[in-house]
Amino acid sequence: MEELGKTILKLIPVIGDQLADISVLVFVIGAAPPLIFILLYALVTLYTEMKVSAHIQDRVAYMYTGYHGILQPVADILKLIQKEDTVPDSADKTLFRLAPYLVFIGTYAGFAVIPFSSAYMGSNINLGVFYLIAASSIVVIGLLMSGWASNNKWSLLGAMRSAAQLVSYEVPTALAVLVAVMITGSLNLNEVSKFQDGGIQNWILFGGPMPITQKLLLLPFTFITFLILFLAGMAEVNRTPFDLPEAESELVQGFNTEYSGMKFAIFYLAEYANMFLVSAVATSLFLGGWSSPFGSFMSGPVWGVFWFVMKGMFFVFVQIWMRWTLPRLRVDQLMYTSWKVMTPFLFVCIFAVGLILVL
Amino acid sequence: MDLFSVIFYVFAVITLGAAGIVVFSRNIVHSAFALLFAFFGVAGIYVLLMADFLAITQLMIYVGGILVLLIFGVMLTQRQIAVDIKTGTIQTIPALIIVSALAGTLVGMFWVTVWRTSGIPPVEPTASKIGELLLTTYLLPFEVASVVLLVALIGAAMIARREKKA
Repeated sequence: MEELGKTILKLIPVIGDQLADISVLVFVIGAAPPLIFILLYALVTLYTEMKVSAHIQDRVAYMYTGYHGILQPVADILKLIQKEDTVPDSADKTLFRLAPYLVFIGTYAGFAVIPFSSAYMGSNINLGVFYLIAASSIVVIGLLMSGWASNNKWSLLGAMRSAAQLVSYEVPTALAVLVAVMITGSLNLNEVSKFQDGGIQNWILFGGPMPITQKLLLLPFTFITFLILFLAGMAEVNRTPFDLPEAESELVQGFNTEYSGMKFAIFYLAEYANMFLVSAVATSLFLGGWSSPFGSFMSGPVWGVFWFVMKGMFFVFVQIWMRWTLPRLRVDQLMYTSWKVMTPFLFVCIFAVGLILVL
Repeated sequence: MDLFSVIFYVFAVITLGAAGIVVFSRNIVHSAFALLFAFFGVAGIYVLLMADFLAITQLMIYVGGILVLLIFGVMLTQRQIAVDIKTGTIQTIPALIIVSALAGTLVGMFWVTVWRTSGIPPVEPTASKIGELLLTTYLLPFEVASVVLLVALIGAAMIARREKKA
């Protein structure tokens, strides 16, 4: 991160070299790329989501702003910026204003340990995924804060549901992460991606770069773990089929009912960023992250970004696809899935993977 | 002042400020939410001390677990069943005596203690070292702690699910 910040600052004519010596500035610039990525990605996903959902339901979605409505996301953002930023009279004003930022900070903090390519990751700490799981707990607090501060029954119910959901799905997520970590022996997502470098057959999803017998033994367990990780991740993003916190038909809009204008936009941005974060974690842990599926063909730091974003976007697409295909779960079904299906399955997977690795 | 001290003071101010709100706020929900920033500030200081594992565990357990539960409880009691949780000041004089005694002891200890700093550079991959130690040298305390937690969990489930006798 520091090198990138320094390199970018040195590109500025005349004063670049002096600026590169100011460490705060270097850190800020070095931490900015994921933010720029999130903003652009949100525009693309906004459009994709509308178009994909429309085509799934045999509609065409927007067609008038630009070619096939391609400028619609820009128009949407403009509308959101212009909108009056209302704060309900009986809301707790401070907390109401603070909550959306807290939710976004929690999400963005997670991006610090995501390796976009072998050359760039925000912070190369050895506790990568563990940090990411911890950072996501700030999101829970932000959601609770928004729900409570809105002083609205729907909001409060939505916030309670989302907190319950996030807390219980943290367990399968952490356990699933553990399986990949056991195989690679590192919590650092960059190390995990490097471990799987060298082609599609080395991905942990397919058993990792092990001798063939070990690989075949590992394969069913890693496959199940990946599925569970992705599903639990989807639940953490609060999207259908796990969108109980927002359930339009029951709770109006859930925790963000009272929000409008830019604050609503920040919630939306956080949700989209979280979608990518979940996909990115699943990709880095099980699908080789930035490494090319063709071994040394098309690999390198720049191709790494390409592969990483492609893999991530594929799973964002899967999330959109599932959202517009499946109905919402009931609360008891939600808890049942987490505690009685995913968690026991993962215990079996962890035990089996441990045993196979020892053998 | 170098970056290290700037960051230290930022986190110290966050921690103390938030802790102040926790104690002095009239609104119990504000107190609960301010705890988030207090925990966060402490975690930041742990990171500065190169105790990254401890910092993240702090966030994970205190913010992700305990604080969520706390806020849940406070939120439910405040608005749902309209119970006012008292946040006023009572028994000022005994509190003052106890607090000043405690503060005096702490400050005295800080004053008297000879702070040793080790010249050994911090261990780099902390997690694997901690994991090794937990499963070798400290295996028994580790297992005992997990058994205690399991007992607490089963006990909580038992109390919560006790069937009412007719």
